[in-house]
Amino acid sequence: MSNDTLIIQAGLSDKPRKSKWPARLDLAQSASGLFLALFMWLHMFFVASICLGEDVMWTVTKFFEGYYFFGTAYPRLVSVVVGVVIVIFVTHALLAVRKFPISYKQYKTYHAHMKSMRHEDTTLWMWQVYTGFAMFFLASAHLYQMFVWPQEIGPYGSADRMWSDMLWPFYLVLLLCVEFHGGIGLYRLAVKWCWPNATRDFLKKLKWATTGFFLIIGFATLFAYMKLGYEHRANYGEPYVPTSISQSIEGTYK
Amino acid sequence: MSDVQKNTAPGGQSRKNRLLTFHILRYNPQDPDSKPHMQSYQVEEAEGMTLFLALTEIREHQDPTLQYDFVCRAGICGSCSMLINGRPGLACRTLTHNLDPDITLAPLPVFELIGDLSVNTGKWMRGMSERLETWVHTKEQELDLSKMEERMDPDLAESIYELDRCVECGSCVAACGTAQMRNDFVGAVGMNKIARFKLDSRDTRSDDDFYELVGDDTGVFGCMSLLGCQDVCPKELPLQTQIAFLRRKMISAGLKR
Ligand code: HEM
Ligand code: SF4
Ligand code: FES
Repeated sequence: MSNDTLIIQAGLSDKPRKSKWPARLDLAQSASGLFLALFMWLHMFFVASICLGEDVMWTVTKFFEGYYFFGTAYPRLVSVVVGVVIVIFVTHALLAVRKFPISYKQYKTYHAHMKSMRHEDTTLWMWQVYTGFAMFFLASAHLYQMFVWPQEIGPYGSADRMWSDMLWPFYLVLLLCVEFHGGIGLYRLAVKWCWPNATRDFLKKLKWATTGFFLIIGFATLFAYMKLGYEHRANYGEPYVPTSISQSIEGTYK
Repeated sequence: MSDVQKNTAPGGQSRKNRLLTFHILRYNPQDPDSKPHMQSYQVEEAEGMTLFLALTEIREHQDPTLQYDFVCRAGICGSCSMLINGRPGLACRTLTHNLDPDITLAPLPVFELIGDLSVNTGKWMRGMSERLETWVHTKEQELDLSKMEERMDPDLAESIYELDRCVECGSCVAACGTAQMRNDFVGAVGMNKIARFKLDSRDTRSDDDFYELVGDDTGVFGCMSLLGCQDVCPKELPLQTQIAFLRRKMISAGLKR
């Protein structure tokens, strides 16, 4: 047994001075949340490219697969990015779960307090816990799929996933969780660290406006994939071939 | 406004006051037979009536066993905070006029219950003060009582005074979801005190010393920014900005360790 283990075991780890870890963990919680929320914004713009047409989405996909840099598409590059997101996601979940009500008594106390206070920020926090909890499962499943089968991302691949693979209800719930959780989280970051010269009122309005904005894009995108998937259901599994690009690319792509 | 119009009905003579119904959470921890229950009282509203006046009316004319705390009746002592329709507030500063005729009163949570609406905030506040050492720390050997005190910049004195307006009513603690779940959390009142002594030029403590007091999850890092504190503080103290300020200072003190 190491000396450190004994000192911690004896409850003396804060002697003579407190640990630096609570400070680091608090910062890491916020930083990981900030990264994820901003990543989700960018992510939304990329997936929403389907609203501008299959070719646009195809181009975005190929861009991330490095096609425009190397002349060949490497879906594994997407796996690398997903891997980084997984690490940050797990870090954030690990740090944020410290704040969960961790017993029935704590949950019941908070819930009664929330109902009696009728205070928006207090209620929103409970929603952050519910949506965060749901994402343990939903986001993990999604990230795993993207990590293992990045080559299936594409206009038809993604649309088939929504429709023929029946994943649209899954993505609908995940969309709501991400937008509410991330929106509330960013608002909380602003009040927690004190955004200079912005009133809470303004930040709250900004929060609802961005949440509304991303939900609208999100619904439109989900609908676009569902429609495409429905139309493409007879040819399930067939990859997309862009209209303007010739056979030579098809060879490297396939 | 509409109440005023109702009160001075055409003709002017017959002022009809509202009949207020108070639903009060009653429980006496000293009495083994006592069970927490709601009891209702009716009181005729009077001009400029505060909850303090209504409660006095009840105790004097209806139920002498009702327990509640008051000292100053002017929002200065902080002893009369209770849950008014579910939210913490000072009873002596709350006009019944601004409330619906059905009013629910309950004791502040978190604090030790003395009985009915009376809680021992003093005990909690004392524990907090001792834990956070909320007094000016000077270097003992340098303290020379025959010397004139150092002058303090008036702006600094003003900003310290601003934070010193806290009356330790406990509303912020009772309004805090974190404090409800975790009873070792210092609460906004505690963090405001630290922010106040951090400002004080006479206090020789460094950020590192303050980190020893609030640099963990029972202190500033436990705060989840729910901001119930800021929204109920009867003194309208800038608790959100003070906690954010303290958090940033404690992060940099912690990272330097
Ligand atoms: C398993 C998944 C997740 C869980 C369990 C989770 C849980 C939580 C909880 C409980 C909080 C509140 C922490 C506090 O009050 O101090 C929080 C904060 C936050 N979350 Fe998540 N979350 C998850 C995923 C995400 C995702 C995917 C995003 C991005 C959209 C995100 C963005 C944020 C942000 C920006 C904050 C504010 C950070 C802070 O207050 O320090 N979270 N999370
Ligand atoms: S900070 Fe405000 S709410 Fe909290 S104890 Fe002081 S006066 Fe009361
Ligand atoms: S009685 Fe002193 S604050 Fe209400």
